[in-house]
Formats: sequence, C-alpha cells, structure tokens
Amino acid sequence: MYEQIASNKRRTFLLMGLAVLLLAAVGYAIGLWLGTGPFGLGIALAVAILLQLGAYRYGDRVVLASARAREVTPEEEPRLHNVVEGLAIAAGIPKPRVWVVPEKAPNAFATGRDPEHSHIAVTRGLLDTMNRVELEGVIGHEMSHILDRDILYGTIVATVIGAVVLLSEFFLRALWWGGFRGRRGEDQGGGAAEAIVFAIGLVLLVLAPLFGQLIQLAVSRQREYLADAQGAMLTRYPPGLISALEKIRDAPHAMRSANNATGHLWLEQPSRFPGEKTGLMERLFSTHPPIEDRIRRLREM
Amino acid sequence: MTVAWVVLGIFLFVLLLGVYGFNRLVALRNRVDNGWSQIDVQLRRRYDLIPNLVETVKGYAAHEREVFEHVTTARATAIDASGVGDQAQAENQVTAGLRRLLAVAESYPELKANENFLALQEELTATESKIAYARQFYNDQVMRLNTQIQRFPSNIVARLFGFEPREFFDIEDPVRGPVRVDLA
Repeated sequence: MYEQIASNKRRTFLLMGLAVLLLAAVGYAIGLWLGTGPFGLGIALAVAILLQLGAYRYGDRVVLASARAREVTPEEEPRLHNVVEGLAIAAGIPKPRVWVVPEKAPNAFATGRDPEHSHIAVTRGLLDTMNRVELEGVIGHEMSHILDRDILYGTIVATVIGAVVLLSEFFLRALWWGGFRGRRGEDQGGGAAEAIVFAIGLVLLVLAPLFGQLIQLAVSRQREYLADAQGAMLTRYPPGLISALEKIRDAPHAMRSANNATGHLWLEQPSRFPGEKTGLMERLFSTHPPIEDRIRRLREM
Repeated sequence: MTVAWVVLGIFLFVLLLGVYGFNRLVALRNRVDNGWSQIDVQLRRRYDLIPNLVETVKGYAAHEREVFEHVTTARATAIDASGVGDQAQAENQVTAGLRRLLAVAESYPELKANENFLALQEELTATESKIAYARQFYNDQVMRLNTQIQRFPSNIVARLFGFEPREFFDIEDPVRGPVRVDLA
C-alpha cells in the first residue's frame, strides 16, 4: 500500500508536467493564430503553472462547487457522519469533511489534497436509497481513494482537464466564427512554412481535449478495482458494497450535474442517461470499469 | 588500508540499518498507542450513553431491575479495568448487558417509538461500529509492530531498546458478529 502511495505521488508529478506541456502547446497554437509567436507560449506556461498551483490548493473547492455540494453537520446527517467517522477510524486517518450533493442518482466522490485535507460528498439519492451496510461499503471505497492519495491526482486531473477543454473550445469557437483571418491578415508573406505550422496548431487545438481525456482515463479504471478491494478490506464486509453497486446500477435517475471533467471522481461514472452503457464509444471512453465486472470481482473476494 | 575502509563501510551500513530499524519501531509503536487511544475514546462514548439508555428504558419497563443492574455493574467494571486483556473481557460484559437491555426494549412498542430512545439507539449502533473499526485498526497496527519485533534484523534492535510485543484487543464484534440484529 505504501508503494501504491509513492507511485501515486510520482504519477501526480508526471501528470502535472504533462498537463503543463499540453497547456503550453495549446498556448503556442493560440499564439500562432494570433500572430504573436512565442509570446503565447510564455503566457500559456505561466498560466499552466498558476493553474497547477491553484489546482493543488483550491482544486477540491472547485470540484465541490461544480457538483453544487453543501457541507452538512452531524446534527443534520447523523448516520452519514457516523459512518464516515467509523471508517476514518478504521483507515487511521482524520475524519474528512462531509458534503451532500442535491442529486437523485445515488453516487459519491472524494476529493482533497491529502488525508488531512479531504472531503467526502454523497448525493441525496445515495442517502435515501442505501441502508447502513451499503453506505459503509460506499464510504469505505471513498476512504480508500483518500488513503491512497487518489484524490489529489483525481482533483488535479479534473481541474486541469476542465481548463484545457475550456481553453481549446473557446479558441476553436473564436476561430470558427472569426474565420481564418485573425491578426495574421497584415503579413501574408509567411508562405508555406507558416501555413504548415498553423495547421499543426489547429490540429493540436482540436486534439487537446482528447489528450486530456486519455490522461484522465489512465487514472481511473485500475484505481477503481483497487479502491473496491481496499474499501471491502476496511469494512470487512464486501456484500455491503456489492449491494450498493447493484442499487446504483438499477437506479432510474440520471445525474443533472454530470460533466466530463469530473466523471472519474465519482463512485460510478455519472451518466446523463440511466441504464447500462452499451455503445462502443461509451465503453472506450468510460472512466470506470463496467459495474458488473466490479461486482464480480467483489464476489470473488 | 583497504581493510580499514571495508570495516568502516560495514560498520556504517550496520549503523544505518540500526537507525532505520529503530525509527520504524518507534513509528509503529506510536501507531499502536494512537490506535489504543481511538478505542478508548469510543469505549468512553459508550459508557456515557449507558446511563441515558437505562433511564429511558426504565421509564417504560421499571420492573426489569435485574437487566438494569447487570448493565450498570458491567459498565462500572469496564471503567475500572486496566490492561488490554481485562478491558476486552469487561467490554464483552457491557456488550452482553446492552444486548439484554435492547432485547427487553423490543417488547415495549411505546418505547420503541420514543424519539429519544431511537436517537440513543442510533448513537449506540454508531458507537459500537466505531469500536469495531477502532479495534480493527489497533489490531492491524499491533500485528505490524509484533512482526517487526520478531523479524530479523529488527529483532536485535527491538531487544536492545526494549520494544515489547503488544496484546491484541479481542472482543466479540458487536456489529458484525454471528448474532446480527438488524435494527433497520
């Protein structure tokens, strides 16, 4: 487990480096388009580094706010608080802060920097549908993400991907509506070389969100199996999580606040459409292993 | 000359190993102590709940005096107990007493509908599961400490500095034991 934590820290640094490069590339492409040359690269680098620092320090706030989560007191939600406290004791870490997301679909996520700065958020639907044992299963899973430092990695991924998608979409749209003139109109003498560089930049802009998504995928699936197993080890009762996952699978509600940047953080990938995913693309780009697989692995324990 | 360097090298290596082993043992021992204090906190919380619970049940079933006495003496014994083994035994008595108390409560529908009683019951269930989790954490840490104390080469360091193996906290699991009472 300690190797797991160390390797997660390494991966987080690697990811931060990759994301800086990606953002720098996007910035460079934008700079080319605006005809400002390396200036764009410089700004993009500065923005990228600021963004990383921001993601490290405030990423959890951003994620919680984007899910419209509200912090709840032990008096409001005694059962949830009790379960969270119990599993924090089992994991040997301080009790995370507890939030509720106003959604009907049963789901949950954890975010934060490290066990000392961590949050667990569950949807209203989860509280309404799960009994104590199932709730323990779910919270055990989230507690494992905190224990393994998955939360820092996941939170930074969410923030960075959000920024990359936003940036490239913004400029692609500007490009689309503003035509291909930009400020380059003045000096058309650049010739073929510049046209090629420009084309590459354009391709990069289109591909950036996709790269971002691939980084996001690399995070997720394996970690989910691990957190399932470890969560079951914390509760010492795999059937709890199994029956929780079954309930989530069969829940008829869609998530209103589902978005691509934070999908990997949730217990089960939030979907706008209820029901099992079947399309090839959906499977290829899903952040979570199929729920049936997760249930099967838990049964085998 | 070379021999001197080799000897010095080996000496430094052994010293480093010793320092590492010592630090690891200290870290593990602190985790065990921390685990024990977690258990203590939760046990105390349960002691605090018992008088309230007894009073509430008494309001509806005053004549079940023997049950109240059982749980009250068990509580007093548990508070005075010291040492991991004695504590565990005393706690088992408390758990048994509480089980009887709740069984009595089962036959009084008005009591079961009492809001105060329901809140106490939720609090008790939560505390018992926290005791179980704290015990689980503590026992894990004890196992790691004891393994480290027995394992070579840290067993030498452990003997030199007097690290003693700790005792497991073995109580009946009130929440997930074989008798599973579903309160939901």
